[in-house]
Amino acid sequence: MALDDQAKRTFKVVGTRVGRPDGIDKVTGKAAYGADITAPGMLHGRILRSPHAHARIKSIDVSEAAKLAGVKAVVTGADLAIPDDEGFADIAINCLARDKVFYDGHAVAAVAATSKSIAKQAIRLIKVDYEILPHVTDVDAAMKPDAPAVQEGRALENVPAGMSQNVTTRCAFGHGDVDAGFAKADKIIERSFKTAATHQGYIEPQACLATLGSDGRGEVWCCTQGQYMVRANCAAVLGIEESQLRVISSEIGGGFGGKTSTFIEPVALALSRKSGKPVKMVMTRDEVLRATGPTISASMDIKIGMTNDGRITAARGELRYSGGAYPNETIEMGAQAAFAAYDLEAVETVGWNVMTNRPKEIPYRAPGAPTSIYAVESVVDELCQELGLDPLDVRLLNAARKGTLSAYGPTFNEIGLVATLEAAKAHPHYTAPLGPNQGRGLSCGFWFNFGGNTCVSLNINDDGTVGVVEGNPDIGGSRASISMMAAEELGVPYEKVRTVIADTSALGFNDITDGSRVTFAVGLATIEAARAAIREMCRRAAKIWGIDEDAVLWEDGAAVPAGPNAGTHPPMTLAEIAAVAGNTGGPIAGHHEVNADGAGVSFGVHLVDTEVDPETGATKILRYTVFQDAGKAVHPDYVEGQMQGGAVQGIGWALNEEYIYGEDGRLQNAGFLDYRIPVASDLPEIETVILEIPNPGHPYGVRGVGETPIVPPLAAISNAVSRAAGVRMCELPMSPPRLLKAMTG
Amino acid sequence: MKMIPVETTINGDQTEFLCNADESLLDVLRDRLGLTGAKEGCGTGDCGACSVMLNGRVVCSCLVLGVETQGAEVETIEGMADGETLHPLQRVFIEEAALQCGICTPGILIAAKSLLAKNPDPTDTEVRYWLAGNLCRCTGYDKIIKAVQKAAAEMRAA
Repeated sequence: MALDDQAKRTFKVVGTRVGRPDGIDKVTGKAAYGADITAPGMLHGRILRSPHAHARIKSIDVSEAAKLAGVKAVVTGADLAIPDDEGFADIAINCLARDKVFYDGHAVAAVAATSKSIAKQAIRLIKVDYEILPHVTDVDAAMKPDAPAVQEGRALENVPAGMSQNVTTRCAFGHGDVDAGFAKADKIIERSFKTAATHQGYIEPQACLATLGSDGRGEVWCCTQGQYMVRANCAAVLGIEESQLRVISSEIGGGFGGKTSTFIEPVALALSRKSGKPVKMVMTRDEVLRATGPTISASMDIKIGMTNDGRITAARGELRYSGGAYPNETIEMGAQAAFAAYDLEAVETVGWNVMTNRPKEIPYRAPGAPTSIYAVESVVDELCQELGLDPLDVRLLNAARKGTLSAYGPTFNEIGLVATLEAAKAHPHYTAPLGPNQGRGLSCGFWFNFGGNTCVSLNINDDGTVGVVEGNPDIGGSRASISMMAAEELGVPYEKVRTVIADTSALGFNDITDGSRVTFAVGLATIEAARAAIREMCRRAAKIWGIDEDAVLWEDGAAVPAGPNAGTHPPMTLAEIAAVAGNTGGPIAGHHEVNADGAGVSFGVHLVDTEVDPETGATKILRYTVFQDAGKAVHPDYVEGQMQGGAVQGIGWALNEEYIYGEDGRLQNAGFLDYRIPVASDLPEIETVILEIPNPGHPYGVRGVGETPIVPPLAAISNAVSRAAGVRMCELPMSPPRLLKAMTG
Repeated sequence: MKMIPVETTINGDQTEFLCNADESLLDVLRDRLGLTGAKEGCGTGDCGACSVMLNGRVVCSCLVLGVETQGAEVETIEGMADGETLHPLQRVFIEEAALQCGICTPGILIAAKSLLAKNPDPTDTEVRYWLAGNLCRCTGYDKIIKAVQKAAAEMRAA
């Protein structure tokens, strides 16, 4: 696309720090999130969950619950369809179990009642007869051939015979002769790593208000990263038609990938259909942690060979991810991302997904990448230490750049890794002095970035203002960014544009808000929709002026004659054209529908200083700097916000957060007291440096920025802690007891 | 269960409501009074999204019973702006992009306002410790701390 244009372009709106359209609503408490609305006559739904990690459901007796005064409906798995499609079928049996429960927290039955407290009482009256089955929650244990089978017959054809039934898929990426590469190395390090599952930790639990009639017509209001995804899942699971289900996305109180699936919406719809009333369901925090998507847990072996002067000669990785009790594709992204930052002659990555008796994995910000890159960047750091090399110089020496055949297949176009590394090297943080028990770590990070299916409508209003209708929930300020790009392209002030998020009946299909795709893909479609509206406005001006439409140009928000031959007409502004649109052909709008590609990969580098306490094993983050290529930062505040927020989620993953399962297969820390996410007093300032290496695939050069920043913290902190503690750490989180044990032997 | 009548003052308005004995102040605010600005993030007092002022102290309204507010003064996020004029903290939070999803914002604003009432010129560390009971998963807290300090400076100068 028009990279040449964009390099010359001087932006007026893009790159400024305008106020957000939802700002006042959000600072005054007016903004309506998932749990904030009610409907006349509505009931309250509640779900009964399995206390067992793995069990057969012999029977469910709901009679006592159904008899309780105020209970209007009870549903079990039998009330949902089992779609033919395996993915939808997994969603159905995850919403309400059928014959077996697969993990502690798996939904078994649900009630709708006239009050929350009656609903809570009612689920206690449901009698479930379980036959407890052997369970497995650890990825390595689940991979042993004699491990209890979480599900049977789920392995894809690419899994060799004779492996545990829990192994569902194998993937492999790479190129070159790895053994020959290792033969050329002066130093080879091979290490094994483990990382715990973590949760997205959005502060707003899943919530919805649903209504469904016996005629199959319904509505859902819910907090989600994708209203079209909710529609598709609910339609499949309830056996109704998508056209009859309208899904409205509320303001969303955080998602980070965790709201890219459905847990309660189909259940609320089933309860509504049965009771004939609207049903509201709001998850508790305990339910969120036990039953919605944590990320994968991982076990990984990484081997890298290096010459004495720091050139990597070969790299091999074997990754075992568990995405919980179902087949899962996150391993593929983890295996592809592992060595993406390096220009390698010989590289091989093999990945396995393994089922365990844990909740179904749901993507968490750059799914799969933080863990694999943590392992790779740890080994690179250890090689630097052993060979006495500067870790930034070694990254620069081996960095992927334009023309590099990536470890996962594609050849890179314009990428910003070298510029980002150079920015880190030039930053005063890199050479600041360190004290006793302190260490500095760094890591590269990478994310693919997605494009995907996108629809945008852009309406020119008769008063000269502009309405943009898009279909992706605004999770980090995207309505502002989309309005900015519309204003930029049209040449009108930002304040003249209002962007709204459509419900599923108001706009064509859009992929979910994921993969850092929205500012890129919705922005691209918005710019194209604005261009379509501009073409129409130029036609209208040509008509008014009585000249050929090719003789009209769009400059600074107005139609102007292209040159002296077109006559001497004063410019007609957008507002002037809009005011007379009724006389020149009717309302003016532009729209664009696209399956966008060219998202442009994103690289980041994080620098961190840590101090470890030799007496307690506690780690303090002293200083943190994030460097990242944003392509073009549309709203720099929000880009910085993504960089800071991602870094802090990574800090939590590195130091504290983990799913802890007992011998009984039950989750032991299903609350924010024991599943400890970072708080303000844990942290220093998070400094940010935005690089702008334009993405050739976007008219303004935009790259997604949301996911890359959670990738580097794991290794950056582990490298800093390992250097500070004088012992190489190979397991996350580096909680105080674990670090203390490593330090004291 | 027999409901209990409660008389209280919310954001300066005398308010009467009926609630069950086991009902939290948060549920009363949200479900009975339509004040949905306070959010339930955990229901166990760990996240601070439901923070309100009760007789001049910041509390997690999920840990207070509705009946405990008999005769009390309650302040919620809905009472923070003066008509169309935002409180400086509210305005600066927008200016400094101190929110992303915004779900924690009401609780953080309530807590920050109470800090500045007690300590108009806090250090960054004091702000960070005061807000340690308010979880934010989006921002990494950086812009929140800066916004509180900017608002504090404005309020001191006013």
